[in-house]
Amino acid sequence: MSLFRRTKTFPHGVYPIEHKELTADKPIRRLPFAPELVIPLAQHKGQPAIPLVKVGQEVVRGEPIAQADGFVSVPMHAPATGIIRAIGLAPTPEGPKIPAIFLKVYPAACQRVLYDLERDPDAMTREEIIAAVQESGLVGLGGAAFPSHVKMNPPAGKAIETILVNGCECEPYLTCDHRIMLEQTEALVLGIRLALKATGAKRAIIGVEDNKLNAVAHLRARLPRHLPITAEALRSKYPQGAEKMLIKSLLGREVPVGGLPADIGVAVFNVGTLAQIGDLVPKGRGLIERVVTVSGPAIAHPGNFLVPIGTPLRFLLEQVGVQGMVGQVILGGAMMGMSVASVDVPVTKGASGVVALEREDPDRAHRPVYPCIKCGECLNACPISLNPSVLGELAQTREYGIMAEQFHLDQCFECGCCAYVCPSNIPLTQYFRIAKAINRDARLDRQD
Amino acid sequence: MAKGIEIRTSPHLKRVMSVERIMRAVVLALLPICAFAVYQFGLSVLLLLLTTTGVAVATEWFFARLSGQGNTISDWSVVITGLLLGLTLPPGFPLWMAAVAAFIGVALGKALFGGLGYNVMNPALVGRAFVQAAFPVAITTWTPAFAPGRFTELIPSTLTLPFMQPQPVEDWIAGLQLDAWTGATPLALQKFQQIELPPADVFTGMIAGSAGETSALLILLCGLWLAWQRMLDWRIPVSVMVGAALVAMPFWLMDGTQYPSPWFVLSSGGLMLGAWFMASDMVASPVTARGAIIYGLFIGVLTVLIRLFGGLVEGVMYAILLANAVGPLISSWTQPRVYGSKVKGSK
Repeated sequence: MSLFRRTKTFPHGVYPIEHKELTADKPIRRLPFAPELVIPLAQHKGQPAIPLVKVGQEVVRGEPIAQADGFVSVPMHAPATGIIRAIGLAPTPEGPKIPAIFLKVYPAACQRVLYDLERDPDAMTREEIIAAVQESGLVGLGGAAFPSHVKMNPPAGKAIETILVNGCECEPYLTCDHRIMLEQTEALVLGIRLALKATGAKRAIIGVEDNKLNAVAHLRARLPRHLPITAEALRSKYPQGAEKMLIKSLLGREVPVGGLPADIGVAVFNVGTLAQIGDLVPKGRGLIERVVTVSGPAIAHPGNFLVPIGTPLRFLLEQVGVQGMVGQVILGGAMMGMSVASVDVPVTKGASGVVALEREDPDRAHRPVYPCIKCGECLNACPISLNPSVLGELAQTREYGIMAEQFHLDQCFECGCCAYVCPSNIPLTQYFRIAKAINRDARLDRQD
Repeated sequence: MAKGIEIRTSPHLKRVMSVERIMRAVVLALLPICAFAVYQFGLSVLLLLLTTTGVAVATEWFFARLSGQGNTISDWSVVITGLLLGLTLPPGFPLWMAAVAAFIGVALGKALFGGLGYNVMNPALVGRAFVQAAFPVAITTWTPAFAPGRFTELIPSTLTLPFMQPQPVEDWIAGLQLDAWTGATPLALQKFQQIELPPADVFTGMIAGSAGETSALLILLCGLWLAWQRMLDWRIPVSVMVGAALVAMPFWLMDGTQYPSPWFVLSSGGLMLGAWFMASDMVASPVTARGAIIYGLFIGVLTVLIRLFGGLVEGVMYAILLANAVGPLISSWTQPRVYGSKVKGSK
């Protein structure tokens, strides 16, 4: 299509400083168990899990401790051998406290996973794979935390043709997916095979940003020739790893407004998710740990760590050491992650990173907000081609209805590109978040 | 460790770019043009630039105080207005009239709408349009470039007392004993006498004209630097120039003696300064990419139509002001196509 051979990408987007060199060459290391793990019952999109354990009950590592509530839900497994101390409320980065299981870890236990159900992955049928993925408690590990088995089972009448494997990792600082591609290649390939079988897709494409060309080369050298799996380099640009952007970059197609990738025959899975599927499904185990990048200027020993689900951030930060004055602790990436109010928040299934920033110079932190000068930078940054300039002005005059009806506010997925580039320092992304919440409330009011 | 932890909303990273940086860069890009203007026309232009900038800054300060906006001078945007206004005036323009222009430009063109970001039109051009209507003689009184003694004495009209008729400059010009002084700018010579000055002279600015509009070459270089620094939307000046050249071309091909060449159209008058520094004013131009191109073409086409068929010699100012006025309309016609939607613009 294009005259010159160019790296595949999507229009617009931004180029924040990557800071990936801090951890890109740090192999995945296991961290010790925290004295107490906090396992929220809703770490995924959909219905919260239902506890299977009682307070005071002893559990073995890998044992199911909560069951899925319906199809769009997943079970939880004990991340360590220990005793259930309480079932109560735990803090979340979002703010409200939610029900969680508090597990006191036995320090002297051998921590072997005894809950195995060995299976031959090649002998499994489509339905068996989908059921096994749900039983293992797998959700999108890239941050969305959407139950993986639901994506494998598209609504009737929609067939999945292509699986896109998301190895972009476009968030600054994060390198866990990079390490997974390098270190867990076999499990990843097996996971892709299982996903192909479960969805009936004809091919799979692994998309990797070209700041990780060693991963592309590594994958290409190890992908089995007889399988329809390829690896493609994409331009290193934020938000390359957003589902809609990845589809545009790799296939040149767009998900229709208000639709799902399944509408155009596509399902997108994160590399970490598929590597876990490839690892857990043949063993019949549950998801009890995940790879987390802990990085940022306020971290003394940044790295990629295999962290038990439920490890409080406080313990994690003690292990890696903090330096200087810690300003923000962000769960997730620096562009879309959530700034936590308390380090008692646990690592959940969707947490791909913990980024600790140093306290900012107050002069810089309190930069003045200027009126919009219509420079158009936000229009050039918005990956879905909204008009954040106009949306921002409408938000300031509280025209939330017009924002949604005429300027496609609901398409915004809060990637933060507009606020990142704005020279007037207008908190556009936050405006849009508030506007969407108000519109949501208004819709609910109308329904009552 | 958790003490004094900060909570902010995403994105947690911010590009190092700010309104002041953009405005400072524009001021920096204007400085060589100002320097050349002073070199070309002497002390009078230095005083002219100082007057317009000083009065513009003072006016901004006054209205910002009045409306409780605090210090808005530090965003540097008003300095651009002052410098641009000075550059578009004739070198010997009476200082008191220049002060009126600067006051009107900032007061009516900017402060009245709510200050930076809210002005509909370019404030410098609002000020200039006002004095064009109020003082039609003074604003078309041209003086020669590179006059001997320009660094020691002022053009007589410069220090006219407020509300007085400007001193006539004819005697002073006659006293300079220049060989080739016709009393007109290249644009007027072309329009009324069909004399086209050597293209190289017009392009490099070895000619008479408004204080800072003579050297198309210098303006082009400064504008390109600004665009290279990504502080200016290149689409606007480029489409202004394309629009102007496209309209001028057929007339010139039909009758090269009557109509100016596209090259002359581009390098004469205020077109370069207008295209690179005034049409490209972010606030008053459309915010969409396609809108910027339509807006630029509109200015280029209109400028040449005014020059060729209007009563005025120069049309850049009115073309830009008119385009400013329709800018919001162009913006609303050219809303980007949202990802995943089939129709362009709003639903």
